[in-house]
Amino acid sequence: MIKPMNTTPSCAIGDSYCPATRKALPDATQNACKLCTPLGACLAFAGIRGCLTILHGSQGCATYIRRYLISHFREPMDIASSSFSEEDAVFGGGRNLKRGISNVAEAYSPEVIGVATTCLAETIGEDVPAILREYKIELPEGAPNPLLVHVSTPSYSGDHSEGFHAAVKALVEQLGRCEEMGVHVNVMPGMVSCEDIRHLKDVLKSFHLDDVMMPDYSDTLDGGSWDEYQRIPQGGTSLEQIKRTGSAKASIEFGSNFSKRGSAAISLESQFGVKRHSLPMPIGIRATDAFFDVLEELSGLKTHDDFIKERSRLVDSYVDGHKYLYGKTAAIFGDPDMVVSIAGFLSEIGIKPIICATGSKCEDFTGAVQSNLVKEQCDIFCLSGADHAAIAETCRKAQPDLLIGNSKGYPIARELGVPLIRCGLPVHDRIGSQRILHLGYRGTQRLFDQIVNMILDTRQDASDIGFSYL
Amino acid sequence: MKILKERQKQIYHKGSSQHELLCDKKSLSGSVSQRACAFCGSRVVLYPITDAVHLIHGPIGCAAYTWDIRGAQSSDSQLHRLSFSTDLQEKDVIFGGEPKLYNALTQLIDTYHPKAAFVYSTCIVGLIGDDVQAICKRVSKEKGIEVIMVESEGFKGTKKTGYQAACDAVYQLIGTGDISEVPEVSINILGDFNIAGESWIVKRYFESIGIKVVATMTGDGRVDDIRKAHGAKLNLVQCSGSMTHLAKYMERDYGIPYIRVSFFGIEDTSAAIYDTAKFFAVESIVEEARQLVSKEVSGVLPSLRKIQEDLKGKRAALYVGGAFKAFSLVRALRMLGMQTVLAGTQTGDQDDYKLLREICDEGTVIVDDSNPLELARFCLEKDVDLFIGGVKERPIAFKLGLGFCDHNHERKIALAGYEGMLNFAREVHASVMSPVWDFVPRRSGRNKE
Repeated sequence: MIKPMNTTPSCAIGDSYCPATRKALPDATQNACKLCTPLGACLAFAGIRGCLTILHGSQGCATYIRRYLISHFREPMDIASSSFSEEDAVFGGGRNLKRGISNVAEAYSPEVIGVATTCLAETIGEDVPAILREYKIELPEGAPNPLLVHVSTPSYSGDHSEGFHAAVKALVEQLGRCEEMGVHVNVMPGMVSCEDIRHLKDVLKSFHLDDVMMPDYSDTLDGGSWDEYQRIPQGGTSLEQIKRTGSAKASIEFGSNFSKRGSAAISLESQFGVKRHSLPMPIGIRATDAFFDVLEELSGLKTHDDFIKERSRLVDSYVDGHKYLYGKTAAIFGDPDMVVSIAGFLSEIGIKPIICATGSKCEDFTGAVQSNLVKEQCDIFCLSGADHAAIAETCRKAQPDLLIGNSKGYPIARELGVPLIRCGLPVHDRIGSQRILHLGYRGTQRLFDQIVNMILDTRQDASDIGFSYL
Repeated sequence: MKILKERQKQIYHKGSSQHELLCDKKSLSGSVSQRACAFCGSRVVLYPITDAVHLIHGPIGCAAYTWDIRGAQSSDSQLHRLSFSTDLQEKDVIFGGEPKLYNALTQLIDTYHPKAAFVYSTCIVGLIGDDVQAICKRVSKEKGIEVIMVESEGFKGTKKTGYQAACDAVYQLIGTGDISEVPEVSINILGDFNIAGESWIVKRYFESIGIKVVATMTGDGRVDDIRKAHGAKLNLVQCSGSMTHLAKYMERDYGIPYIRVSFFGIEDTSAAIYDTAKFFAVESIVEEARQLVSKEVSGVLPSLRKIQEDLKGKRAALYVGGAFKAFSLVRALRMLGMQTVLAGTQTGDQDDYKLLREICDEGTVIVDDSNPLELARFCLEKDVDLFIGGVKERPIAFKLGLGFCDHNHERKIALAGYEGMLNFAREVHASVMSPVWDFVPRRSGRNKE
């Protein structure tokens, strides 16, 4: 008999080849389900054309974040650092930051430099806006003069998700301009994959809507092969487009409701009166319908036949696969916006999301999860501000049939002997994380097929007979 | 592509440069250094101690980015692969993180019953003035295990600074164990981190010729072994940058001499085994070493020869953390018939670069504390076929359509010893000989000519 694939590594807690946390602890974060705030800012800035990020802090912050993002995207990720020394930590690192900016300007010739802080710079109370003003005043004539966008991202406050939204917000607030209202639409997709961004652009194009994607790292972090080194990868949202965010017809933002500092779309609405449509990430039929409804409204056009067919095929596949799924249970973890949307999607197809967990500390996370479900569900653990110890502990208790989330769920998936559907960030134990499509009817279709097949896989592998016809 | 003025002296062209290579200096602000920080250095060295709790005192980033990313293996406890942090929040920064540190430490110790605990100070802990030492002492007393503070605030310097802090921390364990049963012919291996089981490979060599390995520091490291490390008669120091400091302490306080070794490549591995055997001046051991080397070499040579045929004349670039690895790699590549045309390190010093210059061929570019723009430029100028580095260098190579071999801590393939050399050769071969390069612009352009 062939051993069932997903159950082979029988992994008791503390088993020597499966590093498992024992239980959640009140004061120690174990295997965090979040990354630090400046990482999110670096990711957002990577989607701006001609933009390089400098982190005001120790060299290690930039290097760790580079390495982490490279492990997911498998693309160059140049992030400069003001390389704090002990002296800077005592006397302030302003001088060093200015020098760093001027070196970045010289070596990379960027159009924009994103200046994000770290906990170190924030703790010593660096007044970064003042330093940047001084830099501009002291700038010698003829020296390269890129735009500087500052975002405050101490990692003791918030997490990567918040850093991401904060950077997008800083970009539109500092660069957005109020001009006569145009016909273009801002899209704030949140932390999604490169493939997701490409798909969203296609969708908007089908409605003849001119989009300003905030941000757009679909090319910069998933580009082609080069014949010479590009100092800053080609692609991204141009400065001209960012300026136009202030005069857009509307903003569509996915998720970001959890951000304590507001969002780019909220700022644009209050600053320039750009109408805001806040939607859950379009995963699942209902969420995608809501997105297409807004696009129909904004464009005055009907959904293109191609997408009607995509939707119809999706419904058809829901029917084809429903029996394999009904009553199954799932644990979802990762960035809050994505968790909430995936929970909604699962509830559409008969899978019960019994654990919804995020490392972010979100206000009324439970409410957000519940409101996205087809109908309210009482047996559900909603964990916000959770680490993987809490997630693992809850999984041991609730025994879900499958896990959906990033690579960091692998140890618990292995321990429980259940499949892990990889999505979100980081996915660094597989190739092609940039090309995982989560959004729209098409992304939902992909996820749906993958989930059904994973379940069939597990069933087939666990069967003594092993039919090749299911 | 422009080289920043302040960086020009950190680049040296063998055969044409007139200046001395400038090194051992702080990274230039804004230059996208490939270096990390002091915390990274400490974390890298201590991580493989598998039966200790490693608690990172600070905001979440430092712990999140070092969670189970390394290939350091353990024969038993997997505790080191978990990531523990005090995850400091704004209120802790304002009011102090001491209570949280105390609670986190005691909770972790009660949960995992480790043999010891290391507490890493990160940047802001140094600034908000937490008395980490006092907490460590208190918990140590209460729980009856060593609780050791690691002074690894990131801004204190480069990885090198962190290595020293790690050595200081490990040194607190040494001398605390009973050495009455440590045999006369015994060594410690310093600076091997058991990446993909490398410590086991090396240990097997020594034990097969009658040399007992008391402690590997820190690969597959055990607190109780480290306690007894002062009973060994000789220290072998691999990865010279990280552990020489510790070897010097042990020489000073226990009179244990040390030799620098490397287990990368046939020549270096053989030299390490011979040097160690000779140290003990026991004829039977020297003879067994000869036999071991001869057996191991003849075991891998036929396969290596085949690989050599394909790789002959190919050009390699390497950019690694420490210089000792660079020396070994230049030699190992030469053994495969390849030429090193670009070599650099993050943290080499004057002596290191002098030696590197000597062993490299004319025309080789040598760089200190380089960055992606420079590395990419020289790779193209020298038309390299293979880049050896870590995960940060990988996309530079891949975007430009160059082969790549990961020689950093994250790899999962053993490259040490004789079998490691064969793995290395296979890795290099698999990358350099792949048919995919025919499609990348750099090569397809050339093919059209």
